[in-house]
Amino acid sequence: MTDKPMTAMIDISRAKKTFTMHLQGGVELPVVGGVTFQVQPGECVVLSGPSGAGKSSILKMIFGNYRCDGGRIGIRHQGALVDLASAEPRQILSVRRATIGYVSQFLRAVPRVATIDVVAEPLISNGMARPEAQARAGQLLRRLNIPERLWALPPSTFSGGEQQRVNIARGFISDLPILLLDEPTASLDAANRAVVVELIEQKKRADVAMVAIVHDDEIRHLIADRIVDVTSFASAA
Amino acid sequence: MADNTTAVQDNDQPLMQAEGLGKNYGRLSACRDVSFALYPGEVLAIVGESGSGKSTLLQLLSAQLAPSAGKVSYRMRDGVMRDLAALGEAERRFLFRTDWGYVHQDPVLGLRMAVSAGANVGERLMAVGWNHYGRIRDTATSWLERVEIDVERIDDAPRTYSGGMRQRLQIARNLVTEPRLVFMDEPTGGLDVSVQARLLDLMRNLVSELGLAAIIVTHDLAVARLLSHRVMVMKGGRVIETGLTDQVLDDPREPYTQLLVSSILPA
Amino acid sequence: MNAPVYNFAYLDEQTKRMIRRAILKGIAIPGYQVPFASREMPMPYGWGTGGVQVTAAILGPDDVLKVIDQGSDDTTNAISIRKFFARTAGVATTTATADATVIQTRHRIPEAPLHGGQVLVYQVPIPEPLRFLEPRETETRRMHALGEYGLMHVKLYEDIARFGHIATSYAYPVKVNARYVMDPSPTPKFDNPKMDNCPALQLFGAGREKRIYAIPPYTSVVSLDFEDHPFTRYRFDAPCALCGAGDSYLDEIVTDDQGSRMFVCSDTDYCEGRQAEGHRGSESAAPHKERPHG
Repeated sequence: MTDKPMTAMIDISRAKKTFTMHLQGGVELPVVGGVTFQVQPGECVVLSGPSGAGKSSILKMIFGNYRCDGGRIGIRHQGALVDLASAEPRQILSVRRATIGYVSQFLRAVPRVATIDVVAEPLISNGMARPEAQARAGQLLRRLNIPERLWALPPSTFSGGEQQRVNIARGFISDLPILLLDEPTASLDAANRAVVVELIEQKKRADVAMVAIVHDDEIRHLIADRIVDVTSFASAA
Repeated sequence: MADNTTAVQDNDQPLMQAEGLGKNYGRLSACRDVSFALYPGEVLAIVGESGSGKSTLLQLLSAQLAPSAGKVSYRMRDGVMRDLAALGEAERRFLFRTDWGYVHQDPVLGLRMAVSAGANVGERLMAVGWNHYGRIRDTATSWLERVEIDVERIDDAPRTYSGGMRQRLQIARNLVTEPRLVFMDEPTGGLDVSVQARLLDLMRNLVSELGLAAIIVTHDLAVARLLSHRVMVMKGGRVIETGLTDQVLDDPREPYTQLLVSSILPA
Repeated sequence: MNAPVYNFAYLDEQTKRMIRRAILKGIAIPGYQVPFASREMPMPYGWGTGGVQVTAAILGPDDVLKVIDQGSDDTTNAISIRKFFARTAGVATTTATADATVIQTRHRIPEAPLHGGQVLVYQVPIPEPLRFLEPRETETRRMHALGEYGLMHVKLYEDIARFGHIATSYAYPVKVNARYVMDPSPTPKFDNPKMDNCPALQLFGAGREKRIYAIPPYTSVVSLDFEDHPFTRYRFDAPCALCGAGDSYLDEIVTDDQGSRMFVCSDTDYCEGRQAEGHRGSESAAPHKERPHG
């Protein structure tokens, strides 16, 4: 990656996470330690390692969802470096609004909100007019093969696969410079998997830095610019 | 996670600030050493079980109780940060009718039950000097629409309304003057689950559309997750854990918070 | 006249002084309800005990007293209060508005203009205009103190929402001297404009509620309203059947059990005065009944 500019979007060093399970007599559950890697603009880093090695935890730490017990989670946010490990909640929210998007496997949708609005919401809350945001949401939903007749319905009534595609649309719709992808293609059929791969390619061309967890080897090879093995982080915990 | 990232403005000036806030009743300490800053557009949930001091804290913050220790400051519309205890009663009441809202758990406490829905919504406007019936009524009508109350019911008194409608009416009555800060005390308590979901959804949209700051007292972590950006967990009158809502709920640190979180029935 | 066991005008001098202090405070703060230690009077509450105490406290031997009830000098209530003061104070009484120095009234303001030096004493059942919507006395007092009168408009709003216009037709709230909102007692709103900039002193006494309030002479009294629903006077659209007056407040009198009715001046003194001047209405009791012709 030497041809990439050396202003990393994500710069993690020696990040550490331990769970203390107070309800189980205060058992300490080390998850990861010494997590260190960087992600450049336009680069997709795929985390690999066996299940339980802490891939999801690392993703959640980068999003500020899990708190760090040590180290640094550097995020380039609006031109400055913010350390999410020590940031104020307000800063984390600001980072999430303007810099980091997260596409999880599961949709946590609010009841009664129409699919089109679920997808358009990130744009609207960043100040885009509703009709324009809905138009873009519609394009993305069409691409992900969600039939137009479903757009006005809340996604809570949809099948698991449909819900996941709605969630992907919501995750990919905004122009955030960092995207975290947690199994974006799990349980998708081949056609939709291809769409997601395409969307990721598009984001790379737009210089978006991505960290992904993907179990499907084929997809991993299609999207990964670099693979970071988290096994060593788990043993360092 | 990640669903509540809307509407926090990049505003570096806190709207409200609590410093070392405490309230004693004789030797009993209902609330101790609470400090935090609330920013414009930010929704803060105060969670904890009955007797944790969360309701006392809400009353301190909304200047309905005088603190035994510490102080609460509020940034008035002119941009000046004022100590609530130093406000005159007229100023405090004016604040309550204009720049603040207060949504009670029991709508009977927040509504005039014998007066029509339209007048309930219009009262705050009339209190700040609106003197044109037609405009008051138009504004009340549009607020009833916003809170999904059939405008045909505008001349009915809320005692003829269902619990969910009453609560939505109470919200309209509070928001009509476009306050910057709304206090909510268990806003969904006492409602059926289906009615709760609709109300939560409505509140969530209104808060984000209006860029409201809100302080919500609730024992229901689902309410906190859906509505708030930030959570303070209270126990025995103290704030024992605080942070981003999804951080505290997905990665709770304190034993009591872990207990609270683990007590939620899966949705 | 001969009732030597009673002090002049029934009340003892200490009580009168207490009431006069309340009256003076009321005059100093126009429209403000001053609490006073209302006494038991030899008549039931609701019969004007507040007005009677105010009258007793201000009456002097040279005063000329007029008492009206709904505009009439000859109803039971008016007659008994007039007789009460004739006996306990020995003052002269009259039915002529212009001749009276003190006029105690229930529910009307005389049609004839009042003049300087006169005192109009109102009997008041419920002095608190905010009571309709706010039952707590502590809260209404605070609202008066802080000038929070939005609630008054809520009442007017309700009227318009329900009836299409402000249907409150008596006890219509007013703002006195641009400060206190006041209940003008259950006078018809037709009389409200007469309170504004009135040369006479207006005193209000509520015996059961133990409140006195006042409007000094030449004080502004504004009826509350909305820009798009302004205050309007209301009277039946008919001339008085007895004196033909087209500008007076009328009572509706049912004359038989067939539904026949007529409208006559509620102010009996005004009506009789006009009839004495030769004015006639359609049902005039005058010896030769004639219709005006051109």
